[in-house]
Amino acid sequence: MANGIPTGATPARAVWWRDPRWRSLIYQAIALAAVVAVGWYLVDNTLSNMERRGITSGFDFLSNTAGFDIIQALVPYSATSTYGSVFLVGLINTLLIAAVGVVFATMLGFIIGVARLSSNWLISTLATIYIETFRNIPLLLQILFWYHAVLKPLPGPRESINFLDVIFVNNRGLYLPLPGFNQAFLPVFVVLVAGIVGTIMLRRWSRKRQAATGQLFPVVRWGLFAILGLPALVFVLMSFISGPPMEFGIAKLTGFNFEGGMVVIPEFVALLVALSVYTAAFIAEAVRSGIQAVSHGQTEAAYALGVRPAPTMKLIIIPQAMRVIIPQLTNQYLNLTKNSSLAVFIAYPDLVAVFMGTSLNQTGQAVEIVAMTMAIYLTISLVTSAVMNWYNARISLVER
Amino acid sequence: MSTEVSETPRESIASTASTNVAVQMIGVHKWYGQFHVLKDINLSVHRGERIVICGPSGSGKSTLIRCINRLEEHQQGQIIVEGNELTNDVKKIDEIRREVGMVFQHFNLFPHLTVLENLTLAPLWVRKVPKAEAEATAMKYLERVKIPEQALKFPGQLSGGQQQRVAIARSLCMNPRIMLFDEPTSALDPEMINEVLDVMVSLAEEGMTMMCVTHEMGFARTVADRVIFMDGGEIIEQNEPEPFFSNPQHERTKEFLGQILHH
Repeated sequence: MANGIPTGATPARAVWWRDPRWRSLIYQAIALAAVVAVGWYLVDNTLSNMERRGITSGFDFLSNTAGFDIIQALVPYSATSTYGSVFLVGLINTLLIAAVGVVFATMLGFIIGVARLSSNWLISTLATIYIETFRNIPLLLQILFWYHAVLKPLPGPRESINFLDVIFVNNRGLYLPLPGFNQAFLPVFVVLVAGIVGTIMLRRWSRKRQAATGQLFPVVRWGLFAILGLPALVFVLMSFISGPPMEFGIAKLTGFNFEGGMVVIPEFVALLVALSVYTAAFIAEAVRSGIQAVSHGQTEAAYALGVRPAPTMKLIIIPQAMRVIIPQLTNQYLNLTKNSSLAVFIAYPDLVAVFMGTSLNQTGQAVEIVAMTMAIYLTISLVTSAVMNWYNARISLVER
Repeated sequence: MSTEVSETPRESIASTASTNVAVQMIGVHKWYGQFHVLKDINLSVHRGERIVICGPSGSGKSTLIRCINRLEEHQQGQIIVEGNELTNDVKKIDEIRREVGMVFQHFNLFPHLTVLENLTLAPLWVRKVPKAEAEATAMKYLERVKIPEQALKFPGQLSGGQQQRVAIARSLCMNPRIMLFDEPTSALDPEMINEVLDVMVSLAEEGMTMMCVTHEMGFARTVADRVIFMDGGEIIEQNEPEPFFSNPQHERTKEFLGQILHH
């Protein structure tokens, strides 16, 4: 070795500082040392500053009383609840707006994306205008627009817009009937569950029959009848036998405001509309590019075999387009979730508004609160990515 | 101007032998915007006839056969396939497409489905045959094109020649009465051309009605009943292969044959 005798098995080695393997090890060691040093400096600095100012660190503050009210809480909450409850309420509000927003944005986005490819000039032009308008205006502007320009100028409670005396719209929110169920609803519920189970079994049976005989069975039509039609029949039947199985709590104007019923606050509506409409424009583009990425030869091959346009779309185009759409869709879901933190500008009580805003101001526990909030967003994003990646891997193409 | 002149004799020929006619084109014109792609095409193809269409690129030969299964729409004239006229009637178009198989230059296999699923898709969803039967038929045709062992692979895992043979088998699974080939060997590496041509020759020997756009003149010589030469959207010359190659009548035919045969 030392006198450079070739051993036969190993080729001659360069001096170590010109060997790429050594160099990469050294660069990595330097980078790691730098990260550790900066991290240690930050932690040490923060701890000593907090000590000097007498700020106690730790998560004890979570069990202290918060002392402020929140306009939308899906779990029991009052001004006497703790900061822990504030965290939970904010988290649920964030998850709510993100989940509902993702559903609406996806539906709207797919419709607009397909419309943009329509051969009908009017439909495709409208879709293009929609996309170009909403994706080119800043989201914050759109949130403020829906809140201040559309929802706030609505009339006050006394002059509410009234739909059939059951739904009311005013500047305090959207008032919907609150459904209440009594015992007579039980048979309806049983039939509904039976209908869903029956439809799943019907679908299996029809697949087996198609495999055996080639016959197609109209599963969708019969499934709709079993899930919607039959329960409706039972509902009417029970109304005659034992009175209406459902009672609706309808909002009533008492004094200056409505009481009863179910209220959707304008902050939620404005944020939901803005997030869905904005994200849908991007999803529409993803859908369009996905469909266009499938070569026209695929459609021609299916048509040449006599396959009709609808099954061609379902069996050939969509499965291939999804491979292009899914990764972009994941991005848009993550964006929507993170963008929901703009809620703070119209005081929708999401996690950032109530926890990183109000709670942080009151307690001063900046490090803990910021860390918790960041960890939550990171977790939501990673879970979303993981689910979408799993789905994408399942539908990806096999090549050699 | 020339429309009336050429249409009359063709029509009389067609009417005498109409029961035996697979494809009949009468005075067919097609435009892409301002561009006149097909000019007054009159052509009748008999059952069991093997036709090779050749010509320089852009001469309208692919467009011609793509009109026969309505992948392209003609704007004037009549196209009658197995007694059905191609109109805007969607149901008629579907009926005709079921009887007409097509093989493309770039195979156009469905990449997300296995070879077997590629072959059974149309029989299952269009002909509505039982799955076991569709799979048996598919395996029969895979054996014919000599790749039954690839049934469970995906198209991306096969060579070009194998993919094109799968594409031919996919068409055959629908039991078509007419097969259209749109430059089936143009996208293949030279060593794979013969494996595809062999399959086409054996199809021809069984009496399949075939219309084939190709530059494989060897194939035309041995298999075709008639060779058609197109240029500028018109049928310039048509004849049996022997006289077509040995004694072309038209200047443009001579020029074209000179270019592709001497190099």
